[in-house]
Amino acid sequence: MATLNLLQAINQALDIAMADNERVLCFGEDVGGFGGVFRATSHLQEKYGKARCFNTPLVEQGIIGFANGLAAQGSTPVAEIQFADYIFPAFDQIVNESAKFRYRSGSLFNVGGLTIRAPYGGGISGGLYHSQSPEAYFAHTPGLKVVVPRNPHQAKGLLLAAIRDPNPVLFFEPKRLYRASTGEVPESDYQLPLGEAEVVKEGRDITLLAWGAQMEVIEEAAELAEKEGISCEIIDLRSILPWDVETVATSVLKTGRLVISHEAPLTGGFAGEIAATIQERCFLYLESPISRVTGLDTPFPLTLEKEYLPDRLKVFEAIKASMAY
Amino acid sequence: MWQLMMIKRYVIAWVYGYLLINHALKRGVRLFTTTPGKSIMTTTTSSLVHSPHFLEGDEFSIDTFALLKQDGSLYEGATAPDLDRDKALRIYHAMVFTRVLDERMLAAQRQGRLSFYMQCTGEEAAVIGSTAALDDDDMIMAQYREQGALVYRGFSCDEFMNQMFGNERDYGKGRQMPIHYGSAALHYMTISSPLATQIPQATGYAYGQKLAGDGHCTITYFGEGAASEGDFHAALNMATVHKVPVIFFCRNNGYAISTPAVEQFAADGVAPRAFGYKMRVIRVDGNDMLAVYQATLEARRLAVEQNQPVLIEAMTYRLAAHSSSDDPSGYRSKKEEEAWREKDPILRLRRWLEGREWWSDDEEKDLQERLRREVLETMKVAQKCPAPPLESLITDVYDTPTTQLNEQLAKLEAHIRLYPEAYPKSASRYSTERSAQGSSTSSDDVTDQGGH
Repeated sequence: MATLNLLQAINQALDIAMADNERVLCFGEDVGGFGGVFRATSHLQEKYGKARCFNTPLVEQGIIGFANGLAAQGSTPVAEIQFADYIFPAFDQIVNESAKFRYRSGSLFNVGGLTIRAPYGGGISGGLYHSQSPEAYFAHTPGLKVVVPRNPHQAKGLLLAAIRDPNPVLFFEPKRLYRASTGEVPESDYQLPLGEAEVVKEGRDITLLAWGAQMEVIEEAAELAEKEGISCEIIDLRSILPWDVETVATSVLKTGRLVISHEAPLTGGFAGEIAATIQERCFLYLESPISRVTGLDTPFPLTLEKEYLPDRLKVFEAIKASMAY
Repeated sequence: MWQLMMIKRYVIAWVYGYLLINHALKRGVRLFTTTPGKSIMTTTTSSLVHSPHFLEGDEFSIDTFALLKQDGSLYEGATAPDLDRDKALRIYHAMVFTRVLDERMLAAQRQGRLSFYMQCTGEEAAVIGSTAALDDDDMIMAQYREQGALVYRGFSCDEFMNQMFGNERDYGKGRQMPIHYGSAALHYMTISSPLATQIPQATGYAYGQKLAGDGHCTITYFGEGAASEGDFHAALNMATVHKVPVIFFCRNNGYAISTPAVEQFAADGVAPRAFGYKMRVIRVDGNDMLAVYQATLEARRLAVEQNQPVLIEAMTYRLAAHSSSDDPSGYRSKKEEEAWREKDPILRLRRWLEGREWWSDDEEKDLQERLRREVLETMKVAQKCPAPPLESLITDVYDTPTTQLNEQLAKLEAHIRLYPEAYPKSASRYSTERSAQGSSTSSDDVTDQGGH
């Protein structure tokens, strides 16, 4: 197995998908010859031609409108939005069109072939508009699937599954980890399941839940907690929509405690949805209130990014507070 | 540990910053490097001038293509397109069917039988003339006032009614308001209420057709109001950049609900925008079926044979209200409406057909009567047809319902069984299930309960 970074894993997944199915197309701003501003689509145009991997004009609503049409026609578009912060001009096309295409037509038509890739998240001195985590907006939209990988191995398997899933999928890539996260990645064509969380580490006392780049943070917090004798169970949610209630509930029934962490602001963040569902499922088993460690209810800052982010120390404190409740 | 973390973060930030800066630099270099004789900033070379002269746009004026006069004769020098009798009558029938359907369904709405309706009245030539110029397998992505296109392709009266009454035989499973038709068999994309979203989708659909190489194109319809949406610009720009076989058909009918076209744009209609995209464009008298047909035929040839997208602006008039919820007397005069009623596109085509002795008063009378009867009869049947089953609430959200959706449905079913009188459409199905297991309850009872 080769050691790849997260970008290389994504590039490999796209390469495999395009080789496997000639109806797979990759496009977006700077995606063509340049290979994307992060290089996720490097060499794809050389290998598969300009008709299948190309630049689009700078118009997100057009990119996704175009992608919806292609998917409805039976193609398998993989559209890139350069930063998740810039996905909002396409909000109408995603929320009113992609998500409702099958439902409103009674399944006469669908855009199940569509995958939208977008780098998300902070920690890279990107300020307000290169740092956001918009997963919760889309989690409120039935018909979409929302997926966030945590490392190269996961990114490749989940992206291949997303491209081949018969539903429109939003695939948010943790750009802070693009080059920082490396790991063993099989060269083969493999898929990891959508809608299924993964228990990354088993533990007894408390459940820690996150997704994407935040997984690294809760793993570090768990190390700190273990030193204090607290046994942490760590879960990667992987899919935000639909999400795996069963795996999380099973864990919390065992540990009785839950800390959820995401970079996005607290209010209306996806942790709120998880907390509500888990208290319903596990009410009599809870030893302490479900805790959320998140960004502040502010736009994403720049100079004070470190203060804003839900880092390992904030998660560690939440673990201790939960244990001592 | 802390220092390590700091360094790690610094490196990540640096790598990221480098990527952005590097990217920006490369763009900059590209901008300021010029190859002699070839510009990389525009698609043509530009001469230098030494006084600040602004263009006003009036340098261009766009004529209107017209063939048929209101009296049914051709303009001098005009030649009718090559249309045989069968095709001409197929078009005419579709126009009359559309008019009759619209009249009857608006009346039904006024009687309270239907919640909502939208008429195509006055625009039948624009919609049906253009559809008739396509191959029947070309894709249509319409806005909402293009029922005539479906009529032309053979959508049956039953199919219209089932959609409008949202019954269990509606392809859309009763999920959308009346007039949101769709047909996979007839290559007519299901209507979506948000305006202009279909326009960039048409560009994408047609790009897929181009790659498939089967010689088909997509036509997308929209009003002059919807052309103000960003999706319009996105679609046209992408279509010419990527050389896509798509026809953008603008029905400039004068009004976006109450807003007149002159408050929608300062320019000379929608057509001049094509220059900005380097797109082929034609303006056509939208009430002249022959001109619309010929223009679209030519546009299709450009699209399919040369991958040239085309913009057609059909100048027409929405003779009816925007929808059954609208009252035009608040924003336009009877006199204006009357002037356009004089330009009725159906009457114009009928006169042309009569001039060729392809149509007569008797045939007109028979057709009108047959269609009226058909509309009323199918309406009665559709109205009595049961509502879609409760499960259809959760199907088609995804390819298969999720665990959460199945749980939500089970909970809802239990609730409906608790209060059946509050949910008659669905509760009647449960009583049907029970009686099917037991004895009595005729099918008439069931449909009456489930009707509406």
